[in-house]
Amino acid sequence: MPGLFAEFRTPELLAIVALTLRVTGAALLIATLLGVPVGALLGLTGRRRRRLAALVLYTGMGLPPVVVGLFVYLLLSRSGPLGTLGWLFTPSAMILAQTIIAFPLVAGLTMSAVAGVDPAVRQQVVALGASRWQTAWTVLREARVGVTAAIVAAFGGIISEVGAVMLVGGNIEGQSRVLTTAIVLYTRQGDFAMALALGTILIAIAFAANVFLLQLQGRLRHR
Amino acid sequence: MHLHLIRRLRAVGLALLLTALAGAVSASGAAAEGPARLRLATTTSTADSGLLAAILPAFERRCGCRVDVIAVGSGQALEIGRRGDADVLLVHSRQAEERFVAEGHARVRRDVMHNDFVLVGPGHDPARVRGRRLAREAFAAIARAQAPFVSRGDKSGTDVAEKTVWAALGLPVARSGWYRSLGQGMGETLIAAQEQQAYTLADRGTWLAMRAKLAGLDLLVGGRTLAENLDPTLRNPYGVLVVSAERHPGVQADLARRFADWLLAPETQNAIGQFGVARYGQPLFYPDAAGAGAR
Repeated sequence: MPGLFAEFRTPELLAIVALTLRVTGAALLIATLLGVPVGALLGLTGRRRRRLAALVLYTGMGLPPVVVGLFVYLLLSRSGPLGTLGWLFTPSAMILAQTIIAFPLVAGLTMSAVAGVDPAVRQQVVALGASRWQTAWTVLREARVGVTAAIVAAFGGIISEVGAVMLVGGNIEGQSRVLTTAIVLYTRQGDFAMALALGTILIAIAFAANVFLLQLQGRLRHR
Repeated sequence: MHLHLIRRLRAVGLALLLTALAGAVSASGAAAEGPARLRLATTTSTADSGLLAAILPAFERRCGCRVDVIAVGSGQALEIGRRGDADVLLVHSRQAEERFVAEGHARVRRDVMHNDFVLVGPGHDPARVRGRRLAREAFAAIARAQAPFVSRGDKSGTDVAEKTVWAALGLPVARSGWYRSLGQGMGETLIAAQEQQAYTLADRGTWLAMRAKLAGLDLLVGGRTLAENLDPTLRNPYGVLVVSAERHPGVQADLARRFADWLLAPETQNAIGQFGVARYGQPLFYPDAAGAGAR
């Protein structure tokens, strides 16, 4: 194993890891900022009125990432509606694609978590004279374990995704190459050792991120 | 107690927000700042063989720009060009390139270099094709023996060349059990051929670059070097196409034209012809524009 990285230039590897974290981090943040409020709102509405939204979100969770990639590609292509942005084959396009993949996961799982909170809790805070926002905040806090799980699931979904970022990012060296697309490249070249090494880094990052999020969850639960 | 928790949460949330926002801003800004970027859509063979990494730095130094290489199959590269999403293309799919020009997406197609295709397969050669002169004969023998054959199946230049041979034989191979269409790049297809002990048509450049990892496969038709390849239909020409600025106003036509001129200039052509000689004992690509500088 020690010789594994010998032929790999370290700055290049660091650039790949940094870009992976930047793209996935930004997409996860945007998806969380949009998805948690939407999920909470839907979770607090009545079950019957929620049904259509639930159907849409659950379908979104099963959407093949490569289809999202194709959609974003056509959207950002110079011949497409948002072509003037010049985002295609840049990290911005990758963030957009990953955000679209992550959003239904965050919103859908938050919705389930919020809907699962004992209605008595809600009635109690309302009876104590809480405003709508205070009520929502309290219920969301009750559902925090599920909300954390939603974010963890979305993170795992997008950091390991390859089809969409390959299509909209173009796997350009030093510009849009992330861990997953680099793994595809080395596999294509038959360099399995390198692909495996990058895979190990990817797994290590996912593991570290999950440890962090789960610790946060554990700390929240014990309060 | 709850207030304390909320404050903590807010602090954590704010920190996360700022970090990610900074990341998002710098990520989106990365494309806008810095030197001009020329977007080159090309085939996996030019990128994976290491040719571009060897010759591009000279151009980047000269133009003070960066060349962003998008390495895909020729079919996809042409499609990227057709939508105006790349400035220049370096591909090997002659008829599709001519169609690209006829449609007005580029003014001309210029010859850059060529290499050739070779038939590789398992060393025990179940269809007995070793040493055949023509791909057509070898393909017919494989079909008769119903020996496993893996195809790129991705509309790349190699895939088109292979399909042309089958079509010339009039064999509807697509529905045969021994013929497997992978929809993968050249590297993956060679690895699949090795794993399944199947025949496949490969470009010589990728074959030479990957041969060390393909102990189970032999080169069976095409000879040891391009000069020994007796089948003219296995010639594999690469062309450069500057995407038309009239058709696609967003492209960097000037920089793209400079790139194409540089690619055909004598010193670049010389570098192309020298690439790989030290490592593989023969060139991976043969320059075609030797007279271009004098024209």
